[in-house]
Amino acid sequence: MPVEKIFHRYYGLRLRGDEQVKLFEYMGKELLAGYGVPVPRGRAAGELREVAEIAGKIGPVVIKSQVLSGKRGKAGGIKFASTPGDAVRAADELLGSRINGLPVEKVLVEQKLNIEREYYLAVAVDGAAKKPVVIASSRGGMDIEEVPDQYIVKVHPDIEQGLPFDLALDICKKLEIEERYQNEMAGIMGNVYQVFRAKDAELVEINPLVFSEGIIIAADAKVVIDDEALFRQQEIPYVDERTPVEKQAYELGLSYVELDGNIAIMANGAGITMATLDTIQHYGGSPANFLDAGGGTGMEATARALEILLAANPRAIFINIFGGITRCDDVANAFVKVKESKPIPVPVVIRLVGTNQAEGQKILRDNGIGVYESMEEAVVKVVELASGN
Amino acid sequence: MAIIVNEHTNVLVQGITGNQGTFHTRQMVAYGTNIVAGVSPGKGGKEVDGIPVYDSVRSAVDHHRIDASVLFVPARLAKGAAVEAMEAGIKVVVVITEHIPVHDEMEIVSFARNRGVTIIGPNTFGIVSAGKCKIGVPSNSFFMPGPVGIVSRSGTLTYEVTASLTALGIGQSTVVGLGGDRVVGLSFVDVLKMLEKDAQTRAVVLIGEIGGNAEEEAAKFIRAMTKPVVAYIAGKSAPPGKRMGHAGAIIERGKGTFQGKVATLQAAGVAVAELPMDVSRLVSESLREAM
Repeated sequence: MPVEKIFHRYYGLRLRGDEQVKLFEYMGKELLAGYGVPVPRGRAAGELREVAEIAGKIGPVVIKSQVLSGKRGKAGGIKFASTPGDAVRAADELLGSRINGLPVEKVLVEQKLNIEREYYLAVAVDGAAKKPVVIASSRGGMDIEEVPDQYIVKVHPDIEQGLPFDLALDICKKLEIEERYQNEMAGIMGNVYQVFRAKDAELVEINPLVFSEGIIIAADAKVVIDDEALFRQQEIPYVDERTPVEKQAYELGLSYVELDGNIAIMANGAGITMATLDTIQHYGGSPANFLDAGGGTGMEATARALEILLAANPRAIFINIFGGITRCDDVANAFVKVKESKPIPVPVVIRLVGTNQAEGQKILRDNGIGVYESMEEAVVKVVELASGN
Repeated sequence: MAIIVNEHTNVLVQGITGNQGTFHTRQMVAYGTNIVAGVSPGKGGKEVDGIPVYDSVRSAVDHHRIDASVLFVPARLAKGAAVEAMEAGIKVVVVITEHIPVHDEMEIVSFARNRGVTIIGPNTFGIVSAGKCKIGVPSNSFFMPGPVGIVSRSGTLTYEVTASLTALGIGQSTVVGLGGDRVVGLSFVDVLKMLEKDAQTRAVVLIGEIGGNAEEEAAKFIRAMTKPVVAYIAGKSAPPGKRMGHAGAIIERGKGTFQGKVATLQAAGVAVAELPMDVSRLVSESLREAM
């Protein structure tokens, strides 16, 4: 797994270069509606004229900022309006503002629901169980993470069988959903599971799933698609959060993350990239950015990777390659080629071991470039160079 | 001894005629692995360095006894290739391929579970029983036979640790790469159980990283182990933050952080290394104490 995805998935930090494929709420709702999950009447709008038009058709509405962030309500990104005029004023405040640091380019204008009860429903990938997991709770809403375990039902369907109606009904019973709603709720679970499977989703989350005036309706939608499956999910709209540099890195098969220190790092593999960051920090250095060159990096990609690293104006560059599928001679040749094509304005420390290590080290030495075998010695050296001593 | 693979393991290479497949087949043969056949659809009847190539796993299995298959195939074809190997009756499948869609990975693992197949990977460097059999991509020079079993979520970090052990003259029994993806065939506990039983293994190294709860689950099992365990967890410098959606938090319930993993492992009696290069020293100490 690319290292920035680990950062993201487990620390939730949206680092640059994170190529997770996320959908705005309105995109997620369109997807759900296509699979028979009831969603409120409404539409996304980027202009006030559209807001007035939608609100005029619906009546009392909720205006929701379309940003990829939770806790939008607490951040003031969700407003209510009972007339088209109010709706336009609310949308005017939201459009162009920033909610949780993210620019609001569209708002979702939709029917205000009379909420009787809020449930939580998600289908996600459970890595530990190695299966899909259906998570449901009768205590949905804003503070779902605080809800005690006994109010949360988790079921792992067999991926070869899917989510049978009986199993979904069991979940409803465990949630103590009133009998007259059970069939409808079980049907929605089946539909959400279908979206999850059909669209290669990592997460389909509805929070809250609302009981309102006799029907069950998805008041929110968070959908994350597996970026590795985009080759077969080309029709799905999603939000591309990457900068041009990050796109460039991604197209080269590299994972790139910007940090705020002064040592640029290139390593290969998520584990060693993290270990390199840990070790640099341990010796008092601070990383400017890093590239996980992954496995099998060719000459061209390595050369481009160096260019990307240099763009951040670091005080020093540290290349830490432990070759397995990556061959040391490829890395060495690439580095020599870059160095010949244009001067590198900062000191470079290279640590190069692994597959074809002798060949790689020889290529570097023949070109007058020093090379380390010990990661620790190399880190100490690069930290010293970056601190200017 | 050793676990999962040994000097008697006959290996099939799926995707043998590709660039990576051919390169690493040569490396594996040089290590002493019994590569008996390869598969490459449309290339049946050819040879790679004298190794016969077949159009399908089925026809390879008809001509050879095959114990394990290793996949060097593109991500979008990996599920089909893995299923093909399992349907042909192969009981160990090593999936080197990275970037496989997670739904395909869940299907591969489910298929394997229902048929008693051991999946190593996806997105793994492979498995090495030192001096006996290497199935995967690490450089041959990293390993020497000895008493240390290694189980890891990370490739290059494993090379780092293995090579530093070898440099100290401490060899390895079997080194297993679980794979770097969220859904992989084996868990730490699966491998720890095997290493605990393995007569050659006298100490175990666990290499984990932040995220998920695999290390916490491992710690529960380690409490009952008789062999010393040394661990390194990558990702200490990862900053905390907020996340998209709540499902991950509900699944993990506070697990997954660096500090949490280290504390849980230490409470189970594991010596946790601060830096990757400290692992070999801790292993050397634990082996001396265990004498």
